[in-house]
Amino acid sequence: MAIFIDENTKVIVQGMTGSEGTKHTGRMIKSGTNIVGGVTPGKGGQVVEIEGKQLPVFNSVAEAVAATGANASVVFVPPKFAKAAVIDAIDAALPLCVVITEGIPVHDSAAFYAYAASKGTTRLIGPNCPGLISPGKANLGIIPADITGPGKIGLVSKSGTLTYQMMFELRDFGFSTAVGIGGDPIIGTTHIDALRAFQDDPETEAIVMIGEIGGDAEERAAAFIKEYVTKPVVGYVAGFTAPEGKTMGHAGAIVSGSSGTAQAKKEALEAAGVAVGKTPSETAALMRKLLA
Amino acid sequence: MDLFEYQARDLFEAHNIPVLGGAVASTAAEAINAAATMGGKVVVKAQVKIGGRGKAGGVKLAENAEDAGVKAEAILGMDIKGHTVHKVMIAQAAPIAEEYYMAILLDRANRNFLVMASVAGGMEIEEVAHTQPEKLARVGIDPNVGISHAQAIEIVKAGQFPAEVVDQVADVLLKLWAAFVAEDATLMEINPLVKTEDGRIVALDGKVTLDDNAAFRHASHADLEDHASANPLEALAKEKHLNYVKLDGEVGIIGNGAGLVMSTLDVVAYAGEKYGVKPANFLDIGGGASAEVMANGLSIILGDPDVRSVFVNVFGGITACDAVANGIVQALEILGSAATKPIVVRLDGNNVLEGRRILNEAAHPLVQQLETMDGAAAKAAELAAK
Repeated sequence: MAIFIDENTKVIVQGMTGSEGTKHTGRMIKSGTNIVGGVTPGKGGQVVEIEGKQLPVFNSVAEAVAATGANASVVFVPPKFAKAAVIDAIDAALPLCVVITEGIPVHDSAAFYAYAASKGTTRLIGPNCPGLISPGKANLGIIPADITGPGKIGLVSKSGTLTYQMMFELRDFGFSTAVGIGGDPIIGTTHIDALRAFQDDPETEAIVMIGEIGGDAEERAAAFIKEYVTKPVVGYVAGFTAPEGKTMGHAGAIVSGSSGTAQAKKEALEAAGVAVGKTPSETAALMRKLLA
Repeated sequence: MDLFEYQARDLFEAHNIPVLGGAVASTAAEAINAAATMGGKVVVKAQVKIGGRGKAGGVKLAENAEDAGVKAEAILGMDIKGHTVHKVMIAQAAPIAEEYYMAILLDRANRNFLVMASVAGGMEIEEVAHTQPEKLARVGIDPNVGISHAQAIEIVKAGQFPAEVVDQVADVLLKLWAAFVAEDATLMEINPLVKTEDGRIVALDGKVTLDDNAAFRHASHADLEDHASANPLEALAKEKHLNYVKLDGEVGIIGNGAGLVMSTLDVVAYAGEKYGVKPANFLDIGGGASAEVMANGLSIILGDPDVRSVFVNVFGGITACDAVANGIVQALEILGSAATKPIVVRLDGNNVLEGRRILNEAAHPLVQQLETMDGAAAKAAELAAK
């Protein structure tokens, strides 16, 4: 097992014919992902060859699902058209839709999140996220597949490169699944959703949770851990030294007043029994100690 | 992007939300003209994007146009909590009977929008929420449904507005929602929303935050940008499409990915305690670290007189480390003698060995490599101390 994706995941790429879509489709195929086609409205009927695979292009997700039996999509569509693409996936009741696109207006993500929630049939991951990988099984998004292999650690993070850094620090252990949930103010899958799935996944033995300043997602995750998670969790929060009121890259990463500070998040997590590192290397060391 | 009060006022007016007359002025002469056009008493208000300007003396009543010039003269150039006043708003004065509160904002926790309305306005809404929670209506709005007229009435009643203003306030709320959606705002706050002595409901002061991600569908939003107050290095970075924030330390930071860069700031801050140095900036060069992007990033950081050393911290994901290394080498060629400060590089991840080899071979006298993030941070901090 693993969470959200495994060797049975059949993937279509929304925006496959664009340059980013084509590039990453190739990478996903090379890392063993079962890509079955792509969706680009207006280009239905074409066949594209990527990494030696003949991939059919469809006008809509529903058509793609009917023809291929796909059960997940990865979205590389530019911000302007991302909302329509995600709605297309939700309308097709696709079980999983991973939105990599960065820079989607928050009114658009609020709209497609609410739509997905009202339908209740599509799990959204992202937007503005690196996607997720169950090493050796499937890789949906842009996480490098060669950092590490399968193992027993589950990882959930807002940040892409911090995900890679942590996978690298713990590469000798390997991962069941690593999920980058994205740093935007509105995201589909949250820390809590991933923590619940890792707790319920028999293959995952320990969990790394990486947060960032801003909002209160980490505090809510801490409360959830206390109530639901019995597996060991180590945590890391980036932005201990970030000044108040400055946006640090991610739209979500901003400290306003006393709320959303790294210190407050660390304290909440520690109160829930989570060992929190001050740096990535210290966090990895905490995990090593747990698994020793 | 946060707007100034006068910009919020103009935006409200454009969406038919009732406001009083207002004009912006950068000089005393402009203030006199604006006040003369308006006639009567006016309020001269400092335009700064921070609260507490009233207490700081940034809001003054003027008896006439001449007096408005005097008051503007006093306020322009004032420093309010580190924000220099470059503009004042000349606002029509109105006799106020009551002060209310109304806002619509993005609610991250509930992943929708939140309307707040209260009869208790004019003060910090946190205080109202704390001391008189029964007077604050808080209602989540489904972005795909919006606010109906009946719901607006319900919200206003829940905010305990007096019966005689309910219809008018509900009308303002519906207009505010329309503006919030039309402008891709993440915050629109009216505080205070006032009832004048002659019974009109008017937005007296407003805060607006617009979503930068939606700029592609709002050409006019570019005009709202504040160039006067921007840090020159931040302005230059923005021109080069770099995600840069100036901080007040000595170690220049370049990294890829917002999370990793934030983490780098932390690691450098810890390492710097020993040497009395701190990070000088946040700079995320993103996924595609081409030579040009690296050169732009390095030149901005090396152009910061506070910087004494630079730490380039890259985890090669999609962008391989050899490409990053080539970027650094070419960037230093482009910069030539303009590059004068020591640069500590830590590369890891995709194609790291080739990346390290390229930097070793180039053997640039300013560049040194360390293998770990912690080790490199310590070295960069040490070099900044000298």
